[in-house]
Amino acid sequence: MSLLSDTLASKHKSGSKLLIPYITGGLGEEWIEVLLAVVDAGADAVEVGIPFSDPMIDGPVIQEASQRALGMGATPISILSALGALELDIPIAVMTYYNLIHHAGEERFAHWMIDASVSGAIFPDLSFEESVSWRQISTDLDIDTVQLVAPSTSNDRAKLLCEASEGFVYAIGVMGTTGERAQLHKSAIEISKRLKSITNKPVLVGIGVSNSEQAKAVSEVADGVVVGSALVRRVLEGEGPRGAYSFVADLRKAIDS
Amino acid sequence: MSGIMDYPKNGRFGDFGGRYVPESLHGACVEVERYFEKFWSDEDFKAEYIHILQEYAGRPTPLTHAKRLSDQLSVDVFLKREDLTHTGSHKINNVIGQALLTKKMGKKKIIAETGAGQHGVATATAAALFGLSCQVYMGEVDVKRQALNVFRMQLLGAEVIPVGSGSRTLKDAVNEAMRAWVSEIETTHYCIGSVMGPHPYPYMVREFQRVIGEEAATQFANQQGGTPDFVIACIGGGSNAAGTFAGFVDTKAKLIGVEPEGGAAISRGSPGVVHGMRSNLLQDEFGQVQEAESISAGLDYPGVGPEHSYLASIGRASYKTVSDSEVLEAVTLLSQLEGIVPALEPAHAVAYLAREAGSEIPKDSTVVLTLSGRGDKDAEVVASLISARLGKK
Repeated sequence: MSLLSDTLASKHKSGSKLLIPYITGGLGEEWIEVLLAVVDAGADAVEVGIPFSDPMIDGPVIQEASQRALGMGATPISILSALGALELDIPIAVMTYYNLIHHAGEERFAHWMIDASVSGAIFPDLSFEESVSWRQISTDLDIDTVQLVAPSTSNDRAKLLCEASEGFVYAIGVMGTTGERAQLHKSAIEISKRLKSITNKPVLVGIGVSNSEQAKAVSEVADGVVVGSALVRRVLEGEGPRGAYSFVADLRKAIDS
Repeated sequence: MSGIMDYPKNGRFGDFGGRYVPESLHGACVEVERYFEKFWSDEDFKAEYIHILQEYAGRPTPLTHAKRLSDQLSVDVFLKREDLTHTGSHKINNVIGQALLTKKMGKKKIIAETGAGQHGVATATAAALFGLSCQVYMGEVDVKRQALNVFRMQLLGAEVIPVGSGSRTLKDAVNEAMRAWVSEIETTHYCIGSVMGPHPYPYMVREFQRVIGEEAATQFANQQGGTPDFVIACIGGGSNAAGTFAGFVDTKAKLIGVEPEGGAAISRGSPGVVHGMRSNLLQDEFGQVQEAESISAGLDYPGVGPEHSYLASIGRASYKTVSDSEVLEAVTLLSQLEGIVPALEPAHAVAYLAREAGSEIPKDSTVVLTLSGRGDKDAEVVASLISARLGKK
């Protein structure tokens, strides 16, 4: 159990819906201000992406954000150091691709996370089967490793993944890459129902949740949402901390109402 | 030497391989694995596959004794003529297998990535043959430098989707094909073109390519007797080499893979994880994947199939590099001594042999070299680079 589990579990128990915005670390000089704005706007935790050259599960918006951040010199160390300098009341989870962890060494990367007060890990291409040594290390250091479950995941496997997941269960709302959709896909509701019936851990839906209306619809079944591309697009378009604040505040209002 | 012959346990060749995929793709990989296991041990399936390779794709391909080249280099060179297959490269062996599997899985559509366009053309061909719809992802840089192959794919009824992200070459085409696959796994098979990607692809593609090595081993024994001293093939992802090596790994032949200097994942990379596998990779100090840079679009890839990383790690195969200018010289050499215009990819293998004959490849050695494809597709690129030089003669 870490700060991520503790925080989400207690809010979940109190009946509150959970909101985790995603931002790309190192995207623009103001990215820390964007992070703080998102926290002020009512995030329960923040997912910070460490950009990778080959983001396999990401659509055009996060790809563009990753490229821009890398172009500005973002590295795992620069992002984690910046996070480590903050004093936040809510937990941070990092999302990135496994090669950055593999290259640094799992143990070393885990210690970088601890030094930065990061309490959660979301590594979408580190499949459950390949994650044995990482999960041992993260457990020893009290880092929560969040498992993702897809609409295509069988029930038996979904049980296994929910059992192993720490912090929350990340339900993939739609078969596809990250990115905004005009309509909420019915698979987002289906997977929420399915996972709620097999786990007591908070189930948050990400991928394909694009606006307040969709976030509200999903939260009526799931325990909350992760919203990434819709927020990052606003940052890419230059809306800055102010735009990020108002978007996340709207999401907060929608899922609380 | 075991390893190359066996089914990789947990999808691993030693420490390499594995299945590093987002959860959305896990089920699809398991499905491919299950179908492949079932049909690859099914005699009827194998017979159908071999029948198509023979009646449609032109197998077996000859093993040609390259006499004038042998005289000039003072080594005895035998060329495995994959350039003579239908569509002009070894890629057809793999796609016939995967297209058959697609039918067995009841899927209607096949997608592929391509670099030089050879795998794209082969996939489009198999799609036409089997009545499947086909989309091919190709980096914008490659679309430009391989215009002829783009047209061939379109003529065959495939849709070519230019990829504008990242380095706009093969690596990004793989990313984009994977992304597309996630959203259509119910209906679509992703036909990976080399011995790379998540398990079971590296193993499956090698099995569909092993026909190269098995034929060559038999042909060499019949023509020359015994086994060759050296077996040489070029390496991008490494499928023609893996297929060739499979026929010789249990012999005393020395196995040599030849990489482009600008894309030498084994010679200059380090272990990393991308495109679903753990293998050697060109990457920076933080693990960001670096862009390969080669004259040959087909070898312009920063990674390599995991089995090659494994063979290198146990010392069963060795991996060498050649420069773009050595490759261009090799194109001319083979064209003018043997009347065979090689693709730029296998010209890497020829370039290594030409450079090392009498040195790393001692005088009077016997050599089997896989000529993985013909050079038509590269005519424009090669012409622009060497026509000036030829004209001066």
